[in-house]
Amino acid sequence: MRAVRLSVVTAAATAAALTAVTGCAEKSDAKGADGAVTVIAKDDSCEVSKKEFPAGHVTLAVENRGSKVTEVYVLHPDDRIVTERENIGPGTKATITAEIKAGTYTIACKPGMVGDGIRQQVTLTGAGAATAERSPEMDAAVAAYRQYVQAQADATLPKVKVFTDAVRAGDMDAAKKAYAESRIGWERTEPVAESFGDIDPKVDVREDGLEEGQDPAKDWTGWHRLEKALWKDKKLGAAEKQLADTLDKDLADWVKRVGKAEITPTSMANGAKELLDEVATGKVTGEEERYSHTDLVDFKANVEGAQKSFDLLKPVATKNDPKLVAELDKQFAALNTLLDKYRTDKTSYVFTSYEKVGPAERKELSDGVNALAEPLSKLAAAVVK
Amino acid sequence: MSEEQDLPVRGTSRRTVIGWGGAGLALGAAAAGGAAALARGGDGIAPVADSGAAVPFHGAHQAGIATAVQDRLHFAAFDVKTTDRAELVQLLKDWTRAAERMTAGAEVGDGAYGGLAEAPPDDTGEALGLKPSRLTLTIGFGPTLFDGRFGLKDKRPGALVELPKFPGDNLDPARSGGDLCVQACADDPQVAVHAIRNLARIGFGKVAVRWSQLGFGKTSSTTPDAQTPRNLFGFKDGTRNIAGTETERLAKHVWVSGKDAEGPAAWMDGGSYLVARRIRMNVETWDRTPLGEQEDIFGRDKREGAPVGKAKEHDEPFLKAMKPDSHVRLAHPDTNAGATILRRGYSFTDGTDGLGRLEAGLFFLAYQKDVRTGFIPVQTSLGRADALNEYIQHVGSALFAIPPGVRGKDDWWGRALFS
Repeated sequence: MRAVRLSVVTAAATAAALTAVTGCAEKSDAKGADGAVTVIAKDDSCEVSKKEFPAGHVTLAVENRGSKVTEVYVLHPDDRIVTERENIGPGTKATITAEIKAGTYTIACKPGMVGDGIRQQVTLTGAGAATAERSPEMDAAVAAYRQYVQAQADATLPKVKVFTDAVRAGDMDAAKKAYAESRIGWERTEPVAESFGDIDPKVDVREDGLEEGQDPAKDWTGWHRLEKALWKDKKLGAAEKQLADTLDKDLADWVKRVGKAEITPTSMANGAKELLDEVATGKVTGEEERYSHTDLVDFKANVEGAQKSFDLLKPVATKNDPKLVAELDKQFAALNTLLDKYRTDKTSYVFTSYEKVGPAERKELSDGVNALAEPLSKLAAAVVK
Repeated sequence: MSEEQDLPVRGTSRRTVIGWGGAGLALGAAAAGGAAALARGGDGIAPVADSGAAVPFHGAHQAGIATAVQDRLHFAAFDVKTTDRAELVQLLKDWTRAAERMTAGAEVGDGAYGGLAEAPPDDTGEALGLKPSRLTLTIGFGPTLFDGRFGLKDKRPGALVELPKFPGDNLDPARSGGDLCVQACADDPQVAVHAIRNLARIGFGKVAVRWSQLGFGKTSSTTPDAQTPRNLFGFKDGTRNIAGTETERLAKHVWVSGKDAEGPAAWMDGGSYLVARRIRMNVETWDRTPLGEQEDIFGRDKREGAPVGKAKEHDEPFLKAMKPDSHVRLAHPDTNAGATILRRGYSFTDGTDGLGRLEAGLFFLAYQKDVRTGFIPVQTSLGRADALNEYIQHVGSALFAIPPGVRGKDDWWGRALFS
């Protein structure tokens, strides 16, 4: 968690504003330039009436003929959201209108509002409205990263539940054991996870991140509040059990929204660097996990998330700056080797308690982070060159 | 050489403002390796920081040794993290090019602005708009660089010894040693800090900062016409320091040459050896010490800085008139078989320690052609008997071989060592 949010990864709302897209659902404004395009959503299909229609003011007339609540998305080739409509109940209709430029898009229906949805490609035609050229490699990288982020978020919920169940059961040992692992998915995708400005302070704030006038007893929620309860206060009472419920709920909210984050190749690259910044400012100092001392788990997860971004951007970056890519390969390997010193089993996330990591070893870790983060800060330039 | 001797600089005397080299007057460049500066003039204190002149980077010797002492210091020691010799060599080349630019007042690489919006700029930018401020960057190689990692074992000079344990030393390993060092001196602290920060940044992955020290208020002068600045005890010290223009004394005591630059030390021809010591001063107890005792401890009077029984600070001291444990008597060349060093010390204050005491002292920098005949004998006698020891403690220590100067655009720091 960071005190000041500087992420270049912004939430979908900003993206919509920037790309001059208006996504709204109205009752009966079904008039496009070429008449409404209808979308018939069922539990197992998503029928779009036209595969090709004019760009500009587009209207989608959606009808949910399935048995589940659904949502309909219009997506860029890299999975960025152009516009979307949630909570379309069984048997109901909705209209989606948006200004959309010429290009290729995907329309997806998500019965039950989960998963990647049932998808099909459509082409919007028209002169003078060409979308910005982006290489297929970049689109592929962004799409794959978006899937990664969603998968990380999806996988987090059950792990968090193991943790929160233990808290609710009053089982201190089980809760302590499940704590660090429940955070891995969040830590791997931290720049994206944090981009939802209202969720981050609920789930990942530390006590010193509270504002003047906020009462730790009342206003402090999330992982670190429970961390303190487990390792410092050593008690799991009614309040903690309620905090476990709140954490489940807030993270479920996050999982639902994470797919809407605006992601671009440069935000991926700089997001990777930001993950190392997280390590440099919070983990390497031992501030993040000051009670549990599980900082090295977060550390490893941050590095893994950064490495994922880098790996996905490699095809583009290699063309533009092969030397940088070689250096990053080397420094990622070096830092991972260094981290492996602190766990006996390389398949597990059981790391040495950070309390037991001495000043000279912390310095070595910090040097390793600097050695990786400095060239990593040049990745964005190599991607957009 | 006495301070009364005028230098033939456009008819001005060294008691007035003197411009060297970079200010348009080439003087003593052969000896000083491109020393250029505006120095303190006369007995007043001229605002040298405003001159902003650039000190030439290239020369027979590295700038920053015989160069007139600037007002500010940022000194950094680095550990080499890479085990790849070629990578280390490339870093030294990259550093040399960056140092050439920064000492000339230019930005590093592609500069601090105007580049890609998505990427951090090459230069950190805090020195934009500031003058070169007589920035000098001086590199050194520590004994640990010759431990075999880079195939340099056979090139370790005999003079690059491990310093012995001196009486009273309380050295913190975290403030001692280092494979490399860079001394950044400038009249503007921001310029000195910018230089070290940018070199560290270029070095990430290849080297890591082991420790660094900021300094202010130079405590010694390499321009003997000027008044010797005072240390934090309020005393003048090192008044007989070697001047940047004293070719003979520099050759005799500072620059490595002749038989000292043979065999494993051949690459050191034109170089020097640097001892860096972080000396913590217990200023609170010193301040409670009676004036007479303070003066006895130094062997000088506080007002003028004159040796015991003399009138002026530069008067030849009569050592026998001083107490046997006085600082000047013990440090004087006559007490140490003629051992003479070139001092470039700076005061430091790193705020206060946890007990509310000023975390302050002297960051002592001494250049000499051989520490075995320079710093070691002097500090051995001081550490054993100096009355000042009650008020000071040596808490950090490092020794570096300072290679000769970079001779031109194709040359680089350490070429003679690595080629």
